[in-house]
Amino acid sequence: MRSNLGFFSDEKFRSIFFQTLVVGLFALGLFFVITTTSYNLEKRNIATGWSFLQNPAGFDISFSPFLEFKSTDTHLKVYFVGVLNTLLVSVTGCIAATILGFILGIVRLSSNWLLSRLVYIYVEFSRNVPLLLQIILWYSILIQLPRVKQSLQVLDVFYISNRGLYSPRPIFESGFSYVSIAIVLALISSFLINRWAKKRQDKTGQQFPVFSSSIGLIFIVPLILFFILGSPLSFEHPELKGFNFKGGLVIRPEFIAMFLALSIYTAAFISEIVRAGIMSVSKGQREASAAIGLKQTWIMRLIIIPQALRVIVPPLTSQYLNLTKNSSLGIAVGYADLVHGFGGISLNQTGQAIECMAIVMATYLSISLTISFFMNIYNRSIQFKEK
Amino acid sequence: MKKLLSIFAVVAFAFSAHAGTLDDVKNRGFLKCGVTTGLAGFAAPDDSGEWAGLDADMCRAVAVAVFGDRSKVEFITTTGKSRFPTLASGEVDMLARNTTWTISRDVNLGFEFVGVNFYDGQGFMVPSALGVSSATELDGATVCIQTGTTTELNLADFFRLNGISYEALPIETNDEGKENLFAGRCDVYTTDASGLSSTRAAASNPDKWVVLPEIISKEPLGPLVRHGDHQWGDVVRWSLNAMIIAEELGITSENVDAQTSSNVPEVLRLLGVEGNYGEMLELSNDWAYQIIKQIGNYSESYEANVGPDTPLEIARGLNALWTQGGILYAPPFR
Ligand SMILES: N[C@@H](CCC(=O)N[C@@H](CS)C(=O)NCC(=O)O)C(=O)O
Repeated sequence: MRSNLGFFSDEKFRSIFFQTLVVGLFALGLFFVITTTSYNLEKRNIATGWSFLQNPAGFDISFSPFLEFKSTDTHLKVYFVGVLNTLLVSVTGCIAATILGFILGIVRLSSNWLLSRLVYIYVEFSRNVPLLLQIILWYSILIQLPRVKQSLQVLDVFYISNRGLYSPRPIFESGFSYVSIAIVLALISSFLINRWAKKRQDKTGQQFPVFSSSIGLIFIVPLILFFILGSPLSFEHPELKGFNFKGGLVIRPEFIAMFLALSIYTAAFISEIVRAGIMSVSKGQREASAAIGLKQTWIMRLIIIPQALRVIVPPLTSQYLNLTKNSSLGIAVGYADLVHGFGGISLNQTGQAIECMAIVMATYLSISLTISFFMNIYNRSIQFKEK
Repeated sequence: MKKLLSIFAVVAFAFSAHAGTLDDVKNRGFLKCGVTTGLAGFAAPDDSGEWAGLDADMCRAVAVAVFGDRSKVEFITTTGKSRFPTLASGEVDMLARNTTWTISRDVNLGFEFVGVNFYDGQGFMVPSALGVSSATELDGATVCIQTGTTTELNLADFFRLNGISYEALPIETNDEGKENLFAGRCDVYTTDASGLSSTRAAASNPDKWVVLPEIISKEPLGPLVRHGDHQWGDVVRWSLNAMIIAEELGITSENVDAQTSSNVPEVLRLLGVEGNYGEMLELSNDWAYQIIKQIGNYSESYEANVGPDTPLEIARGLNALWTQGGILYAPPFR
C-alpha cells in the first residue's frame, strides 16, 4: 500500500515537491500579472518606462526644508524631497511619541487616581478615533489661528499665525565651529566618564557624580569657549514684509498637524505597551529592591525599566513602523510627504502610476526594514545574557 | 516560450477585451459619469440633491442619447488627482470634470478629448482688502492650488516668467481651497476663471473678493473618454455637438416639437426626422431630439448654470457661437 505512493511517501521529496509547486505557481501568477498589465497599458496607449524621472517636474513644492526645489527640477528630485519630508515627520514623531508614551505609561500606573484616570481617558480617546480625523482636527484648529497680519507675538521674537510658527534663525559665524567641536568632544568624554565610573563602581563600590560632571562638560565648557570667541552667533529675525514673514525659521501648520496627530496617536499605543512591560516585571522584584533600601526612582531606573524593556521593545518597533506608514496620510492636509508629492502630484502629472507606486512602495519597505534592523540590534543588546 | 507568451496574450486579451463601452453602458442600464466633488455651476448637488451644472448636463445628455432618459446617470465624484485613474480603470465611462485638453493627457495618458464644452483660462482671486490689482504684484504671496491640475503647472510657469516668488499650498478639492482661502491660510486662490467665479459666488460676502484681470493660460475644458473606443467617443462627441448645433439652428427645449415639422434639412436630420444618423451611432434615431427636449441646447444649459443671470455671472465671451463673436463651433450635421 505504502509503496504504491512511490516517491510521495518520502517526506523530504514531498516537501520539496510542494515547495517547488508553490514557487512555480507564484512565478506563473506574477508572469501573468506582468504580461496582462503591459498588454493592457499598451492597448490603452499609456506610456511606460522610467525616463520620466529625468523630466522637469513643472510644479513647485514649497515645503522642502532640506533641499531647495524649483519647478525646473526633475521628478527624481520630487522623490527625494518627498522621502526627506516623510523621514522628517516620522523621526520627530517617533521621538515625541516615545517620550510621551513612556511618561504616560508610567503615570497610568501611578497611585494617583485622578492622574491615572486622565491618562486612561486620553489613551482610549486617541486609540479609538481614526487617525485621519485627528489629523484633520488638528489642522482645522491650526488654521483658525490669527491671520498672518494679526500674528500673535510671543516673547518678542516668535510669531504665531495660521501660516505657522516663525522664530529667529541662528546664523553661525566663523568661530562657531570651535564651539561645535567642543560640544562633540564633551559628549564623547562624558560617555567615556560614564563607562569608567560604572566600571569603578562595579569594582570598588565608589560612586562618581557622572550627571553633574557631564552637565558641566557639555554646557559650561562650550559656553565659556563661546564667550571667549566673542559670541560667534547671531539671529535673523522674521519680519512681516508684503504678504508674508520674510527670514527666520518657520514651522508650517501642515507639519505641526501631522506631527501632533501622529505622535499623540502613537503615544497612546506606546503608553499601553510600556504599562504592560512594567507590569510584566514581578512584584517581588520591586519588594526585594525596596527591602535592600533602594530609592523609588532608582528601583524604576535600575530594576524595573531594564527588565520591562525586554517586553517593550518588540511591540515598540511595530509602533515605529506604524507611525512611519501612517505619515502617508499627509495628503489630507497638504503635507508634502512621499505619497503626496511623488506618489501623488508626479504620478498624476506624468500618468506613470505603476512606476511611481512601485517606487513609493519600495521606499516604504526599505524604511521599514531599516527601522526593524536597528531595533532588532537594540533588542538583542538588552536581552538577558545567559552566562 | 513564444507559444506560451502568445497564449498569455490571448488570455490577457480575453480578460481585458470589453464588448465596447457603449454596450457595457447599455447592459448596465445607466451611465457612470465622473464629475467634480462639487463646483456650483459645473457639477454640484442642487437644493433637492440632484446633480446640476454645465458638466452635469453633459453627463445627462449622454444618458439621454443612450437611454432616452436623463435620470439614467450615476454621478461619481473625482478630485483633480483621482479623475484620471478613475477613468483609466473603467470605474467611469466618461469624465465631464472641468478638465483641460492638453497634449500629454490626450496622448501620454491614453485618453481622448471629444470636444470643448467651456473655453476657460486660469485666473487669480484675492481678498479685495489686500489692495492688489495685478497678478504681477503677488511676489511672496501664499497661493492655494489644486494638485494634479494644469493649474499648478501654469502657476509655476507664470511666476518663473515674471521672476517673482510664491509659496504654494497644495490642496485636493475646491472645498479645501475655499476653507484655506477664507481662513487666510493663503492670500491667493488660483484656478480656472470659471472656478473662481463659482468660489466667489459661494463666499459669504462676494464683494470682499476680486478676480484679478490676468488670464495666464488657455483652459479648454471638455468631456473625455478612454482612448481606443472610438464608437463610444463618437457618442459623447456628438451628444455635445448636438447641443451646440441645436443652438445654431435655434432649436430649444420649448420649440423642439414644432421644429420636427421644420423645412430646414439640417433640423430634420438632427431631430431624426430624416436620415439614419442615430443608427450610425447605434442609438435610437431621436437621440438628439431627446437631448434637446430633456436637457436643452447649449445656450439653455449655459444660461441656466453659469450665465449672467446665475450667481456665477459669466458672460458668454469665448463660449458664444462662432457666428456671435465666440469660438464655439461644431462640425456640420450631415
Ligand atoms: N482645468 C484644470 C483644473 C481643473 C480643476 O481642478 N478645477 C477645479 C476648480 S475650477 C475643480 O473643478 N474643483 C472641483 C473639485 O474640487 O472637485 C485641469 O483640468 O487640470
